[in-house]
Amino acid sequence: MSKGTLFDKVWDLHTVGTLPSGLTQLFIGLHLIHEVTSPQAFAMLRERGLKVLFPERTVATVDHIVPTENQARPFADRLAEEMIQALEHNCQENNITFYNIGSGSQGIVHVIAPELGLTQPGMTIACGDSHTSSHGAFGAIAFGIGTSQVRDILASQTLALSKLKVRKIEVNGTLNPGVYAKDVILHIIRTLGVKGGVGYGYEFAGTTFEQMNMEERMTVCNMAIEGGARCGYVNPDQVTYDYLKGRDFAPIDADWDQAVVWWESIKSDADAHYDDLVVFDAAEISPTVTWGITPGQGIGVNQSVPQPEELLEEDRFIAEEAYRYMDLYPGQPIKGTKIDVCFIGSCTNGRITDLREAAKIAKGRHVAEGIKAFVVPGSERVKQEAEAEGLDKIFQEAGFEWREPGCSMCLAMNPDKLQGRQISASSSNRNFKGRQGSSSGRTLLMSPAMVATAAIKGEVSDVRELL
Amino acid sequence: MVSEVKTVSGCGIPLVGNDIDTDRIIPARYLKALTFDGLGEGAFIDDRTALKGEHPFDQSQYQGAKVLIVNRNFGCGSSREHAPQAIAKWGIQALIGESFAEIFFGNCAAMGIPCVTGDAVTVKQLQELITANPQAVVTVNLETLQVQIGDYTASVAIDEGTRSTFISGTWDACGQLVANADQVRATAGKLPYVSWGNLAAS
Repeated sequence: MSKGTLFDKVWDLHTVGTLPSGLTQLFIGLHLIHEVTSPQAFAMLRERGLKVLFPERTVATVDHIVPTENQARPFADRLAEEMIQALEHNCQENNITFYNIGSGSQGIVHVIAPELGLTQPGMTIACGDSHTSSHGAFGAIAFGIGTSQVRDILASQTLALSKLKVRKIEVNGTLNPGVYAKDVILHIIRTLGVKGGVGYGYEFAGTTFEQMNMEERMTVCNMAIEGGARCGYVNPDQVTYDYLKGRDFAPIDADWDQAVVWWESIKSDADAHYDDLVVFDAAEISPTVTWGITPGQGIGVNQSVPQPEELLEEDRFIAEEAYRYMDLYPGQPIKGTKIDVCFIGSCTNGRITDLREAAKIAKGRHVAEGIKAFVVPGSERVKQEAEAEGLDKIFQEAGFEWREPGCSMCLAMNPDKLQGRQISASSSNRNFKGRQGSSSGRTLLMSPAMVATAAIKGEVSDVRELL
Repeated sequence: MVSEVKTVSGCGIPLVGNDIDTDRIIPARYLKALTFDGLGEGAFIDDRTALKGEHPFDQSQYQGAKVLIVNRNFGCGSSREHAPQAIAKWGIQALIGESFAEIFFGNCAAMGIPCVTGDAVTVKQLQELITANPQAVVTVNLETLQVQIGDYTASVAIDEGTRSTFISGTWDACGQLVANADQVRATAGKLPYVSWGNLAAS
């Protein structure tokens, strides 16, 4: 059993008690909600005559269903309009802070909470969205929940949970040029498998993560869930504190000094005990692309789609399904695969540093003929910052569309969808069958710079050729 | 809202495949709604359409089944409770698999649907037995942690705390959690961040 890790310390500090079942009642320090997984929870609350216990510890925004072209209300999509209205109503009725479109701070829930300084080290954070693991980048225990659990937090600010084991994932060394945080996490998932993290929380440690900025750490923690780990975290350090200082909800003055002392105290001890340890060498990681229908089906950009016999026997069934669905054959080089749509955005890679890296590739070049390429900033603040730097111009001159913030084509609950069997190069997190809005649509996951490269070349290409 | 779940008995339905994600269980377009109503029809809808009636959820011999037998890492991906809601509304009351994604497992537990695990050999055997005899009754017994089909019996497992909530009828934890509001406030009071910054002031 793990001992002395950040996970253990934060878990213990937030333990309210042990329930008769033996499950832990865990206090949730920050609860984030959005329009898709919360309306049923509020309805359950009303049915049971319950009130929101800590309304100030729940924060809302709207992201999944928002259109990224025309955001005028009412939305053209009647169901989307009903959903935003329900959230507006529920927040107002329950005194919950809501960052609505046009507030200047709306955006993807996992982009806005960090940029507002809501996400802080040592917190427990939950949201009805699996990519809540992103917030672990700050040294928080952050995980996705379902709607019944959203109800439980609204009513009690707690959850009934059993504790996870802790696996330390150490990556050491400097990443090669053209290799980004996205490649690191795709490489980890490809190695440990999409089921590798079931039952675990991941601690990401080692010099590679220490050298990363906060947005890169968020990209890694964001996809911990794609490796089966419900949460992933990086111990807080000076990089974390420098990012947080001065943000809207960060502690100030004497509280700040007290906060830093407390944050230092919740870091994993040097002699902490872990349930498992896996070590990687940063130098071995290449620009990575998924070829299949799970985020674990990834290969280096210069590699070929694997032969069934190269895979573990238990992974062959879904590989066979992936060859058919993706229309790729074993032994086929992934480089050169023709692309129809390029999507830059999402809670994985829709932050300002992601857009900067993609813009470096796009600058002075042009999207290949016949390719639809679009950039969706992760939040209103990201959009504003990008425009102040002129990134919107760089993208538009290169032939990319520049959109309004939202989840967009990551899961295509808004008008941004693949059509038919279109194939996308996407900076998002999931390549599941039908994920991007067409039941036969296909997704290749990669870093934002690799997506920009694919857009320029019209096919999967090695970003290093354009650096 | 308390009801004990000690055993689930009914016909079984096998669904073979590892890493079946919640987008496949219920595509995102079904999430554009304010309630969970009507999700049963959407369960595995794209896979069913692609298989033109050959998906187990469409095959006549499995209609009315209550126990779903799956393989490894079932329910991975999105946290959408719409996934177990869709499966439950189709008629499933318990799942047996090699492993379940964490969030999916928790969502099922919160809905009173046990997900028990068996080793790969056991799960394969169960899937084969049901395929050979779809009318056979499968019994999942949470008290003895056994699953039975006819004279075949195998051991299954489930996290002890979750098992206890089913046996005692406290799988809907909401009431218990709310009853401890004083302790919750006491725990919050000891956490430094609860009193600093603009979130405390707002």
